[in-house]
Amino acid sequence: MSETRVSFPESQRFAPPETRRDFLGLAAAWSAVAAFVMAMLGALRLPMPSVFPESNSQVKLGRPEAFLKGTPSYFPQHRLWVFRDEGGLHAISSVCTHLGCIAERGEDGKFKCPCHGSVFGPDGALLGGPAPKGLVWVELTVSPEETLVADTLKAVPAGTVLKA
Amino acid sequence: MVEGHTQASSTEKPAARAGRHAGPLRQFGSNLLTTPREFRDALIRHGKPTSDRARSQTVFSNFFLHILSVRMHRHSLKSATTLGLGVATFVLFVILCLTGVLLMVYYKPSVDQAYDSMLDIMHVVPTGAFIRNVHRWSAHAMVACVFLHMARAFYTSAYKRPRQFNWVVGMGLFVLTLGLSFTGYLLPWDQLAFWAVTIGANIAQSPQELTDALGVTGVFDPGRMQKELLLGAHYVGQEALIRFYVLHVIVLPVITCVLIAVHFWRIRKDGGLVRPASADAAPEADGFRGAQAPRRAAPAPLKTYGLMGLMQGRTPAVNREMRNTVPTWPNALYVIGAATMLTVLAMLVLGYAYDAPLKEMANPAVPENPAKAPWYFLGLQELVSYSAFMGGVGIPAIVVLGIALVPFLDREKEDAGVWFSGPRGRRVTALSAALAAAAVVGMLWFTVRFGWLRNWEATAHVPQIVVTLFNPGTVYVALFALWSIGVVRATGSTRMGAIALFTCFLVGFVILTYFATVHRGPNWDFYWTHSEWPVH
Ligand code: FES
Repeated sequence: MSETRVSFPESQRFAPPETRRDFLGLAAAWSAVAAFVMAMLGALRLPMPSVFPESNSQVKLGRPEAFLKGTPSYFPQHRLWVFRDEGGLHAISSVCTHLGCIAERGEDGKFKCPCHGSVFGPDGALLGGPAPKGLVWVELTVSPEETLVADTLKAVPAGTVLKA
Repeated sequence: MVEGHTQASSTEKPAARAGRHAGPLRQFGSNLLTTPREFRDALIRHGKPTSDRARSQTVFSNFFLHILSVRMHRHSLKSATTLGLGVATFVLFVILCLTGVLLMVYYKPSVDQAYDSMLDIMHVVPTGAFIRNVHRWSAHAMVACVFLHMARAFYTSAYKRPRQFNWVVGMGLFVLTLGLSFTGYLLPWDQLAFWAVTIGANIAQSPQELTDALGVTGVFDPGRMQKELLLGAHYVGQEALIRFYVLHVIVLPVITCVLIAVHFWRIRKDGGLVRPASADAAPEADGFRGAQAPRRAAPAPLKTYGLMGLMQGRTPAVNREMRNTVPTWPNALYVIGAATMLTVLAMLVLGYAYDAPLKEMANPAVPENPAKAPWYFLGLQELVSYSAFMGGVGIPAIVVLGIALVPFLDREKEDAGVWFSGPRGRRVTALSAALAAAAVVGMLWFTVRFGWLRNWEATAHVPQIVVTLFNPGTVYVALFALWSIGVVRATGSTRMGAIALFTCFLVGFVILTYFATVHRGPNWDFYWTHSEWPVH
């Protein structure tokens, strides 16, 4: 047996594929790749924020009785309109759903965005322009100390009103 | 030669050795006296570049020059070949790095101090305004040069085998340049910066347009992830400013440097600049130095080449290519030097003559109206005013991907290095340009005059997905694609199809950019001139 093997030229002795070694080599290479990818993903986890600087999205707006029918109030720093009608109170965000400019409320009650001309109805419904959807209604609550509180990051379905 | 020196010192004459014993101080004195010359010999290890051999040595023994080959083809050095655009782009990048570091000395990336530090730079810091102007104008110029450089490479078929990969690297550099520019846009923290970046960040979020339509946003929301990664918050604020700053001053520049190195290295490995077959015809008398065949027998080469390095061409060109090359020193260095000086001069003049704009401090409560992005994004902003996703993400991705894949889709070998691949290509280019211009101008006229789906009674309430898929932007893309497929069928050439598509995109981009820059005013309404804008 060993005689025959020696008679092979040097170059051919290692020619037949050694499948076990191939497998181990490939497994090592791929686990290195996998480790690298996981490490990269792990590193990318750091810049993904879990707490936001705006985490305190609850803003106090004043006493609910202060909001009167027919005179909507605007809170520029919160980008929020507060309305009272028959049903109660509701708040609409003035942040345009297209690309985040501030829509302005006109005399006719409609909202117009200066950036690409989206138009929204008095209830925030989309009337025209590039925005994909209507303005966002945000959640209103009354705190224990009888103050109206809006959660600027919590959307509610349009038409939701707070009786207060 | 350095070998010569070492040999000489190891075989000193006995007399010199005796002298060393006699006066070590004398030796020291003479060492001191000859130090400048020794130093020069250690630094520059060859004689004056008067012979071809010394010129070659000048190039390959110098760290900064060895990226260049020692001889270059005449064709590569003619200004019509590259228009110097690659060199200009690189020089602008260097200017940007230098002025950028200077600005970092005073700039403070904090929402409370950023704008004040900008005012300081503009009004208090010695030469601050000038340095900032040069930085800003160089950034604009770099984007312009990258565009032109890409167009040059495309129209001279420089993307073809073996240069396919370098074309892809170039696309990477193109995207990085835009990224660098965009991240720098926020840093002044003025109204324009704040609102342009607010729009940009919401474009990153716009895949929600699709996921909303499919009703999967709750479980799969890449849009929100992108926006949060970019801003670190829900709105543009301190977190966003720091992130943009880090990207702008370290992450993107470092990646850009690496890619530039690869880009340059590949030029060498791919056999220099692309040139047409005709460039290897008999040499003309064109005034390059050292171009004549050596009168005496050439000295034996000091550098050996691997066979693979020589055999890259389609045919083994014995003697021919060598005859058409000229020494890099000084010929190529004159050309590169001229392009460098012109670029630097242009930036200095611009920086001296025009102040970079700085608006009022950012005010998150009142949008800038109109909030225009930097000029090279305005074409996209025009498309975004129909569909945020298509204009901001979908179409740019299609275009960048399409252009990056060009070398793999068009593999015809003929006429590389010839502008427009000859008269037929020139015709296709002109036709495509005319078609794209007619289509884009016609569509702009139509939308300004009649609006789009949402403005019409019958279609006012179509679901968003319809607008996303069917808007002027997607119409352009479909039209251009159909046209270039038609060109491929009519001419039987993929190169002609590629020319048609690239020309359409280029012309469309230029017209949209012009239109949005000049004719869009407050509320993104149409105005003939800036003077017609309503005063507010
Ligand atoms: S941001 Fe309001 S229309 Fe574009």
